[in-house]
Amino acid sequence: MSTFFALLFYLAFALFALGLGYKIYDFARTPAPLKIPTTPAPVNAGGVVLRMAREVVLFESLFKSNLWIWGLGWLFHASLALVLLRHLRYFTEPVWIWVAFIQPFGMYAGITMLLGVAGLWARRLFVERIRYISTPSDHLMLVLLMAIALSGLTMTFAVHTDVIAVKGFFLGLMNFNWQALPSSVVLYAHLLMVALLLLIFPVSKLLHAPGVFFSPSRNQADNPREKRHIAAWAKHMESEN
Amino acid sequence: MADIAAPAYRVIPIIPALKPGAMEGVKSFVANDKIQEALGFPGHLVEDWHDRAIAKMGELLGKYRSLKVYMDACVHCGACSDKCHYFIGTQDPKNMPVARQDLMRSVYRRYFTLPGKLFPKLVGARDLTREVLDEWYTYFYQCSECRRCSVFCPYGIDTAEVTMAAREILASVGYGQKYSNEIIGKVHKIGNNLGLPGPALLDTLQGLEEDVKEDTGIDVRFPIDVKGAEVLLITPSADFFAEPHIDSLIGYAKVFHATGTSWTLSSMASEAGNFGMFVGNYEHLRKIAMRIREAALELGVKRIVIGECGHAWRVAYSFLNTLTGAGDGADANDQFAMLLQKQLDQRYKQPMHICEFTWDMIGKGALSFDKEANDKHIITFHDSCNVARGSRMGDFAGGQFEIPRNIIKAVANNYVEMSPETTRERTFCCGGGGGLLTDDLIELRVKGALPRMEVLQQVVDEHGVNFMATICAICKAQFTKIMPIYGFDRRMVGGVHQLVSNAIRLGAK
Repeated sequence: MSTFFALLFYLAFALFALGLGYKIYDFARTPAPLKIPTTPAPVNAGGVVLRMAREVVLFESLFKSNLWIWGLGWLFHASLALVLLRHLRYFTEPVWIWVAFIQPFGMYAGITMLLGVAGLWARRLFVERIRYISTPSDHLMLVLLMAIALSGLTMTFAVHTDVIAVKGFFLGLMNFNWQALPSSVVLYAHLLMVALLLLIFPVSKLLHAPGVFFSPSRNQADNPREKRHIAAWAKHMESEN
Repeated sequence: MADIAAPAYRVIPIIPALKPGAMEGVKSFVANDKIQEALGFPGHLVEDWHDRAIAKMGELLGKYRSLKVYMDACVHCGACSDKCHYFIGTQDPKNMPVARQDLMRSVYRRYFTLPGKLFPKLVGARDLTREVLDEWYTYFYQCSECRRCSVFCPYGIDTAEVTMAAREILASVGYGQKYSNEIIGKVHKIGNNLGLPGPALLDTLQGLEEDVKEDTGIDVRFPIDVKGAEVLLITPSADFFAEPHIDSLIGYAKVFHATGTSWTLSSMASEAGNFGMFVGNYEHLRKIAMRIREAALELGVKRIVIGECGHAWRVAYSFLNTLTGAGDGADANDQFAMLLQKQLDQRYKQPMHICEFTWDMIGKGALSFDKEANDKHIITFHDSCNVARGSRMGDFAGGQFEIPRNIIKAVANNYVEMSPETTRERTFCCGGGGGLLTDDLIELRVKGALPRMEVLQQVVDEHGVNFMATICAICKAQFTKIMPIYGFDRRMVGGVHQLVSNAIRLGAK
């Protein structure tokens, strides 16, 4: 079993990194031929950084749109961030001080993360408009996240796992010095689903994470009169005149 | 045209329940082969439309980062789902921005993503069938590209970009829209959207000079094709003869007269509108914009000023520098742009909106007004979508909201705001923008105006508002047509420069 998970995580991480890397490269190389910031927009690069920061950290546009989606979505994402940071302790030795500091918060963030996802799923199930636009994969994505959170919480609060050994396993993966993974059904389930999440990340709507940084309506400065903006393929037309 | 009744106002602005298929029968006329071929598109749906459509989609995904990111980034959160005026007015779920995008996204997933190729049902991917293509035509011509959804999307996904791409694909396989493509043909051939030839234009302008003389006793000129004028005015051709548009044209002329500005219109570029944007075709967008560059170079003007027109101002403000070099800040070795940029007077913003021009002049004390002349009006202002969310005026973000309002307050005493949920960046489209201002879509236009009419009714009831000012030719045409259906007087709609015209002092200051 340890060998299976070792190979699975090498594969999942490799495909995640390569797939995501390729998508980011693909977004970056595709030109944005016209200035299309949604105005009013910042008039310089500094303003764009602030706008993007508000968008990524506070979900500003979502806040304007719908307080329920904003509240649940923000709760989920903020909790997820804490949970992920908490998990750094499985990959670092010694554990960084700030990771140790957030450890207790990270444990309870697992609960708020679950609440956030459950709320979002309830919206998807019970709000007519959102049910209409949902595909099976939209539902399954939330189920997957809930199952990951539930299995993790089970290990934190009920069926404890030998976390020292888990850490040994992952440090072993990183150092190419494989160690045994404790035998635990809940742990297996948790890791299997996390690997699945890594695998589907670069080919699913999870691309919203890198996508937001490349969205021209948010990342362009509003200065078309002051600075000529032209894509290479469009510039090419000018030589034909 | 059948009689169309206005939908009932919502008592409280609740989100409407879904009525699937409510608008599936509302389809604007398809362009015939003559119209299509004049623009270089196939005359009718080609036999291999499927392969050509997918190939075109691939091409656009490589040319437009917006399309690529917007296809991938949507998480179906539903933030946009209740934001479109066409959804609110029609209750058709395919008029929810996310559902409209998904008409294309489902095809994108099928042909361009791994999960869509392997498990189409799971991820909502669909083959591009004839039914899907027809659905594209129907619903991508029920979007006015107003960008309201993009304000509320956590990733800034702009349905307008998706709509433009879909229309470009449709036209390229021989499935173009009559209204937009016919107009693009006219502007290429005659110089303006209305097909008004040069001599008719001259006649109209002479008539206007006589009218204004009769009205005011003052010789206000409407010059055209004057070489060496300082300002080239580019204005929507509706300003030359449509009501109430023409009253704003008179307003611009009076502002130029009162400030002693030498100006000219151009018979070659007698149109500010650019339907190339509506159909998402860069080549036509550029070709139409190039007339402005050519007119500016030929007449040797120092400034380019744009009249009251929403999408024209978006094209001018956001795209004209890109398309034609009419702006500032080109690379020193960019000879194409430099030729024009050196000619233009860079102490001024290029191009400039007529509202920026007028407001600057008010600020300099070059204009004075009898505000009482507008006392019969209790005025509100409808922000036009393309101005509000696709452009700017002045030096600061949001100037496009402040400057027109400041002008109104400078020329009139009674001004009232509509609900802040429906103004500024949150404004609703008039219901007729983006290539939909055609009688074959009148049902859509009436229903799409619902959210604006509701809040207009509020200020009419509460404050006695009797004039809604706006700075867009399409808004003016749409409102004069559909407001009577909602029980309003069509003369309630007018331009900001119509109010300027009423109050401006023309004689000695």
